[in-house]
Amino acid sequence: MPIDIDIAHVARLARLDLSTADLETYRHQLGVILEHAARVQALDTAGVEPTAHPLGMTNTFRPDEVRPSLDRDEVLSQAPEARDGYFVVPPALDQG
Amino acid sequence: MSYADLTIAAAASELRAGTITATELLEAVFERASLTEAELHAYLTLDAARARTAAGQADVRFAAGTPLGPLDGIPIALKDNMCTRGVETTCASQILAGYHPPYDATVVSRLKAGGAVITGKTNLDEFAMGSSTENSAYGPTRNPWNPERVPGGSSGGSAAAVAVGSALAALGSDTGGSIRQPASLCGVVGVKPTYGLVSRYGLIAFGSSLDQIGPFTRTVEDAATVLGVIAGHDPLDATSWRGDYPDAGSMFETGVAGMRIGVIRQLDGEGYEPEVTAMSRAMLDRLTDAGAEIVEVSIPTCDVALSTYYLIAPAEASANLARFDGIRYGLRADGSTAEEMMARTRAEGFGPEVTRRILLGTYALSAGYYDAFYGQAQKVRTLVKQEFAAAYEKVDALVSPTSPTVAFELEAKTADPLSMYLSDVCNIPANLAGHPAMTVPLGLDSQGLPVGFQVMAPALGEATMFRVAAEVERQAGFVARPAMTGVES
Repeated sequence: MPIDIDIAHVARLARLDLSTADLETYRHQLGVILEHAARVQALDTAGVEPTAHPLGMTNTFRPDEVRPSLDRDEVLSQAPEARDGYFVVPPALDQG
Repeated sequence: MSYADLTIAAAASELRAGTITATELLEAVFERASLTEAELHAYLTLDAARARTAAGQADVRFAAGTPLGPLDGIPIALKDNMCTRGVETTCASQILAGYHPPYDATVVSRLKAGGAVITGKTNLDEFAMGSSTENSAYGPTRNPWNPERVPGGSSGGSAAAVAVGSALAALGSDTGGSIRQPASLCGVVGVKPTYGLVSRYGLIAFGSSLDQIGPFTRTVEDAATVLGVIAGHDPLDATSWRGDYPDAGSMFETGVAGMRIGVIRQLDGEGYEPEVTAMSRAMLDRLTDAGAEIVEVSIPTCDVALSTYYLIAPAEASANLARFDGIRYGLRADGSTAEEMMARTRAEGFGPEVTRRILLGTYALSAGYYDAFYGQAQKVRTLVKQEFAAAYEKVDALVSPTSPTVAFELEAKTADPLSMYLSDVCNIPANLAGHPAMTVPLGLDSQGLPVGFQVMAPALGEATMFRVAAEVERQAGFVARPAMTGVES
């Protein structure tokens, strides 16, 4: 049971810009919940297959056909910023 | 009596007889909402204009003698995590404030095709994460039986609306009890169908291998009617069931004589309120009198189901909620780079419970921990399925209390996430197994708060589940209504 959670790293992975105080609260709460989860880890699951879909369905295929999609203008109308048929975002790469 | 107190079955019959119109029915429901909403806050959005148009169209069909089906003209509310084209859909989160989806969820399309009148969008715990509806960014819903108490959650708004008649039925979603627990705490019927029976297309995803949409109604028969309209294969949901669909209402009148009904030993004892236990046991006696054989069964993994769920559901949620990044819809905070914008948007837009679960799930999926947490939990899920399969070789259906307690007071559990999570302990095994489960009200405890009884069946065993539920309903004879409805009982 890893009691030592690098909460700042986890928050970075989750793209959550949290204050130091909030991070400490969450680190503590996660610890309590994960302690409870130790009972799951204690179970013997050697040779047990994991369940992904409860009814055991696997891949689903459909014909690769051209069909109408959602209306582009209606979709873009919900974006915080859009221009010329595109979503607009701040720079994703360092501009230096 | 107001038309708002009609069951779907009775309303459908009156609409066909021409003794009421869909417009009159809708106005009665809105009148009930105007009486209760200030205190209850079941709705986030009441969509009066569209609803009145839809009711008017239903009246044209009734006048022409061409109704669309059993839900034509019936006022139905939707939990606000189901997309409605052009109608604000928030998931009770700041991050989706002002979002007007460009499409309808499949359940919404199916309800509309069946003539149902959508009254509006109901309150929930943000992103359906919670058991009290206190995690809504727009304020809590109150319990219709006692406004000092919670309605349960996460679909608390849908449960409360049906309990008071500000809708004749409502849809909710159940990832780990979010239909059954609030239905129990509000004294209505709530159904989580077999995983895959109802399309999840347009349901804003939480835990994709667990999420399932289902109905809230005042009677078992009405629940089967709604389920019959919303269930069906949908090519837009890759997990949608492709085989035959069960006829939930096919054995209503059959009774339980000759059935073997199992009581799960692990869902009893410490943590269960004495009155909840007593009322459940009294129902077992009545089912025995009705000819069923009650058998105690042991499903040891029920003891770890909750912990297993709190690894699987947050892991899936952390992946599903990655899409809320300030780019395509909803809130956007300022940031000089895309990453800074995303991280600020998400910190600002998500409430504490959602943030906690995203962190938990991200941790459980992160490098070095995947096998120990998510992988192990998915294997334990197989053990849960195996134990239920073994139990169903001995019994036709399983029963338990729906929740260990009646409705608790606001803020009683908000400071301790784990105590809140325990409220769903009886519900989660069916989500892990993918099996159907539903709750039927037994009656009120000595404080006047509803107690529910859970019925579970094997996958696709809806007909058996509703057969038992119908008998529970007959035996319980529960007809009381919350005082705030003004209905004499």
